[in-house]
Amino acid sequence: MKTELKERRHIISILMENEAGALSRIAGLFSARGYNIESLTVAPTEDLTLSRMTVVTRGSAEIIEQITKQLNKLVDVIKLVDLTEGPHIEREMLMIKVKTSSNDSREEVTRLVDIFRGRIIDVTSTSYTIELTGAGDKLDAFISAFEKTPILETVRSGVSGISRGAKNLHI
Amino acid sequence: MKLKGAEILTHFLADEGVEFLFGYPGGAVLHIYDAIDQQDRVKHILVRHEQAATHAADGYARSTGKPGVVLVTSGPGATNAVTGIATAYMDSIPMVVITGQVPTHLIGNDAFQEVDSVGITRPVVKHNFLVKDVKDLALTLKKAFYVATTGRPGPVVVDIPKDVTANVADYVYPEKIEMRSYNPVVKAHSGQIKKAVKLMAASTRPIIYAGGGVILDNSSKELIKLAHKVNAPVTNTSMGLGGFPASDKQNVGMLGMHGTYEANMTISNCDLIIAIGARFDDRVTGNIEKFAPKAKIIHVDIDPSSIAKNVKVDVPIVGSVGSVIKALLKEIKEGGFKQDKAALKEWWKQVDEWREKECLKYKTNGDIIKPQYALEVLHKITKGDAYVTSDVGQHQMWAAQYYGFEKPRRWINSGGLGTMGFGLPAAMGVQLAYPKAQVACVTGEGSIQMNIQELSTCLQYNLPIKIICLNNGYLGMVRQWQEFFYEERYSSSYMESLPDFVKLAEAYGHVGMQVTKAGDVEGALKEAFSLKDRLVFVDILTDPKENVYPMVPNNAGLDEMILV
Repeated sequence: MKTELKERRHIISILMENEAGALSRIAGLFSARGYNIESLTVAPTEDLTLSRMTVVTRGSAEIIEQITKQLNKLVDVIKLVDLTEGPHIEREMLMIKVKTSSNDSREEVTRLVDIFRGRIIDVTSTSYTIELTGAGDKLDAFISAFEKTPILETVRSGVSGISRGAKNLHI
Repeated sequence: MKLKGAEILTHFLADEGVEFLFGYPGGAVLHIYDAIDQQDRVKHILVRHEQAATHAADGYARSTGKPGVVLVTSGPGATNAVTGIATAYMDSIPMVVITGQVPTHLIGNDAFQEVDSVGITRPVVKHNFLVKDVKDLALTLKKAFYVATTGRPGPVVVDIPKDVTANVADYVYPEKIEMRSYNPVVKAHSGQIKKAVKLMAASTRPIIYAGGGVILDNSSKELIKLAHKVNAPVTNTSMGLGGFPASDKQNVGMLGMHGTYEANMTISNCDLIIAIGARFDDRVTGNIEKFAPKAKIIHVDIDPSSIAKNVKVDVPIVGSVGSVIKALLKEIKEGGFKQDKAALKEWWKQVDEWREKECLKYKTNGDIIKPQYALEVLHKITKGDAYVTSDVGQHQMWAAQYYGFEKPRRWINSGGLGTMGFGLPAAMGVQLAYPKAQVACVTGEGSIQMNIQELSTCLQYNLPIKIICLNNGYLGMVRQWQEFFYEERYSSSYMESLPDFVKLAEAYGHVGMQVTKAGDVEGALKEAFSLKDRLVFVDILTDPKENVYPMVPNNAGLDEMILV
């Protein structure tokens, strides 16, 4: 089959049964069929029998079509939507721990946090821990802004997404 | 009614209508075996290896359409079953496999005979379950049967820890089940049906390409009607053989790597492929870039993920084969279906010219037994009405090419996974389902040794299978590829130190025969099939140099076949 080779980033949001092993079925499907996962987040919803998963993947239109079909075929999957098909909001959370051993560096970090609208959530005599939420490129920009300040540790949540407007993924 | 988990299982299986349970006992399933012993509604068939239990259940399922049911113990019992589960998965065969598990408090402790059965089987099942509470057992079993038998069928594993089989719960047979996350589509979209019929009317060079889906959905009659209505040539996949009668004049035979010249040429030159319950597998399409370049494609399948996976499709139709064909026939009847009769006549003239190649003709050579000839004789002796199971290799392709299947569910082979060792245990499942029927296991001296221990099971249950062993002393298909593509370096494809199959059959309490001359084949097979209550192992020494033709080499287009 002649394939559309242009690869694009897609955010697939999945509503599934909150059962043991559901996560490994999805992770297993991606590895078995050679699809890539850029990030994956999962947590129960307001209805505790349901889990909501967000998978960020990359592929041509044909590959994405196969991915959504294969995901839909899993018995535990109830519904899914490719958020990138319409207007949507994506967010990711970053926690970053930086070394702040001088007054200068503390001021510099505080200024950066203000500019990016982050929050300092933990402080010691030698470090600041900052929380920042936003789309992935904003987090990237924030991290690369620490030119002079040594980064001790970063952790990112992976992407969560939701569609804009009243449209919703619900059973 | 309060019952132990093990009793809930046996009660449930009986209430679900299960006739046979193919299994092998072990520590984790002792409670279950005790419960089996105290009832007589479900008959347990003791195999000699867990792989054979799955293949026997598979053969039962393929020949009857009912789910095959398997019971194995934890650890090695489960891992031995994996090949059979994967075989069923690749061919969409309904099967429920119950695996014992170590007690819940030991799970994850590397306990004796513990494996993560749910994890190991996950990529080769339609779905699987671990039952942690006896209260969930009956409902989980119901879900397992429901998932296995509906939509695109497939194997489902239910892993049951030993303590769950000892604990007590209330049992009521769950008559109905609903699963919010699982609702297979059956009825097709009416707009797609209209579009498909329009394409069918406009086509001047159509072909129907029908696969195993026709057989799984019991829709052979509907397919025949549609084919006659549209007057298109019909080709079957290996999985689809028997779904359209071999003797119908519209049948052009199997397509693909070892398909007929006429089938491969017809699909290569057609302007419309009506694909029904088939999945454009690589053995069918050959080089995908060269596959049917001028064709539009209508693709009917119950599994949306089969559609547009390998080829671009013009009209996808998701639905069960039977309901879609009925809808197509209705639209043809009511929608003013007009074809270009003159163009179709031209198309048939062309197809008939391709047929004149007689691509399945083979050269005979005195006393030497040609495997093709042995299969033609098998067809003659059994009047084309036997259930034929096969193993994997040259004999499988020859059986597919030369037996000529007239009815669905008569050709039982491992099409997708290509599992050697499938044939004999599959034949056991078929013979149990149809005790009076003629069941032939077409095999080779390589494949038969992969589950030969089942000769013992056959004696225990009086299964009068006829084993037709086309013995050429080679792993023939491997040898054929080595001849064509590895400059005749026959690396490990010669079978040395073969057993005396006649004595072996006799040692297991059966009848053994050896045939060495072409002139003796018919007499031997006649005699074998006249022994109605005995298993007969017919060891037929065939031409070791014979190859399967036509053959589409790797990466070639279907119209680039090697002929004899």
